[in-house]
Amino acid sequence: MSLFFRPPPALEPYSEAFWRACRAGRLEMARCTPCGWFIHPGRPICPRCRGRDLAPAPLSGRARLYSHTVNHQAWFPGQAVPYVIGLVELVEQRGLRLTTNIVHCPPDRLAIDMPLRVTFEIVNDDIALPLFEPADPA
Amino acid sequence: MSAKPERDALIAGVGQSAIGRRLFRTDLDLTCEAALAAIADAGLKPDDIDGIACYPGPIAAPSGFAGPGVYDVQDALGVDLRWHLSGGEGPAQISPIIHAALAVAAGLCRHALVYRTVTEATAAADTGRLGIGAGAAEIRGFTAYLIPFGAMSAANWLALYARRHMHEYGTTRRHLGLIATTARRHAGLNPQAVYRQPMTMDDYLAARMISEPFGLYDCDVPVDGSTAVIVSSAAVGRDLPHPPVRFEAFGTAIRARPSWDQWGDLTTMAARDAAAQMWSRTALTPADVDTAQLYDGFSFLTLAWIEALGFCARGEGGPFLEGGRIDLGGALPLNTWGGQLSGGRLHGFGFVAEAVRQLRGACGDRQVAECEVAVVGVGGGPVAGCMLLTR
Repeated sequence: MSLFFRPPPALEPYSEAFWRACRAGRLEMARCTPCGWFIHPGRPICPRCRGRDLAPAPLSGRARLYSHTVNHQAWFPGQAVPYVIGLVELVEQRGLRLTTNIVHCPPDRLAIDMPLRVTFEIVNDDIALPLFEPADPA
Repeated sequence: MSAKPERDALIAGVGQSAIGRRLFRTDLDLTCEAALAAIADAGLKPDDIDGIACYPGPIAAPSGFAGPGVYDVQDALGVDLRWHLSGGEGPAQISPIIHAALAVAAGLCRHALVYRTVTEATAAADTGRLGIGAGAAEIRGFTAYLIPFGAMSAANWLALYARRHMHEYGTTRRHLGLIATTARRHAGLNPQAVYRQPMTMDDYLAARMISEPFGLYDCDVPVDGSTAVIVSSAAVGRDLPHPPVRFEAFGTAIRARPSWDQWGDLTTMAARDAAAQMWSRTALTPADVDTAQLYDGFSFLTLAWIEALGFCARGEGGPFLEGGRIDLGGALPLNTWGGQLSGGRLHGFGFVAEAVRQLRGACGDRQVAECEVAVVGVGGGPVAGCMLLTR
């Protein structure tokens, strides 16, 4: 399943580290050093303790499916449909989510709360997209 | 300003342009038509207007979305202003109405023209309907975490809310279909509605899927049109040609992460917070509401508003819709002009226009009997604003 036809994210001040880590095959997010809170999308301050000491930290790449939709509408001419958009919650922190695609999973197997693991789709030399697939073999 | 500034302002007039699919007229032309109609409806002359506000004003947005800015409209109408405002952030598309009322209450202006104009149907005439970011070289801002994954429409973002609600509470496609088919039935009584031919539940269920669980008839219909209201000082109430519509309470709160996908609990929306604030500012209760005009950019949003406003308990929005409760003649006549699903995507202001006309008793075949209190709730996901209106 190629995703190259979609516009890629720009590298911006608080997103560049996230996308570059994905390109290197690692899921990382900004984390507050004193209180341990993951912050996504990135910000220059921790919204929980208002600390300013943040650094990229690794995540396991394990998640559960919070919600999903099978998209059937082509949003531009020639777009391949259908495809599955998932909203996944990372196991490290309640409410820490990514909108993503669920791959290697037929739509009729989609189930809220199913365990997932990250896989990366390379976009270009700087960026890969974190996608998710079932953690358990079919 | 008094302790309750809502009571220091009122809606003196309402007007709309032609509304339709692909009118091939400019947004400024439609806005002037609606503005002049609203000014006349309020018994005023253009020179009486001393405030102008709109949503969202000139922002970067897909063609046909933003409408003309305040300065173009001021210049076109040739009026001097004591107050003006536009903006895309705030309590949903009715934000400029709420802020106009506050400006009037504060004495900054006396008669504010507030409008929302869309030409999304004409804009899509050459290209078909494109997703957000389609054709862009790269994506910036919060949509950089959505669009690269093909989540290129609010249909996708909100389908995730609807699916989660279905999972937790057993809500079904048929429940959402009650919103769409009821709106269509009401649109049949509204000569200005875009889609008026009857639609059955089977028609609804058979429509092609857009983003599951949303099918075609869960999504509102892009149109061209402008809606304008005149927000005036309460001191003018006795001099109006039509009964004034009064602001009873506003709701503007947002109390979770302001994000489509990081919002805490996707079975609720910012509507929950705006509604709670609104009820905290009035002695009226949900039982006092005679008609509800609730945003339906997607059918599920209306269900979420019904729960948010406390017409039923959380999670019980689906069953609440059954048994004719939301029909004309039911306990809570809903979206009596057809909503955006059948009346056309006037982006929030169509609900305001209908609430005003219902409270005036001017709705003809679709009039709600003895309509004294109307609630308007606008927005979806992390965006919400609401107001309680009375006659």
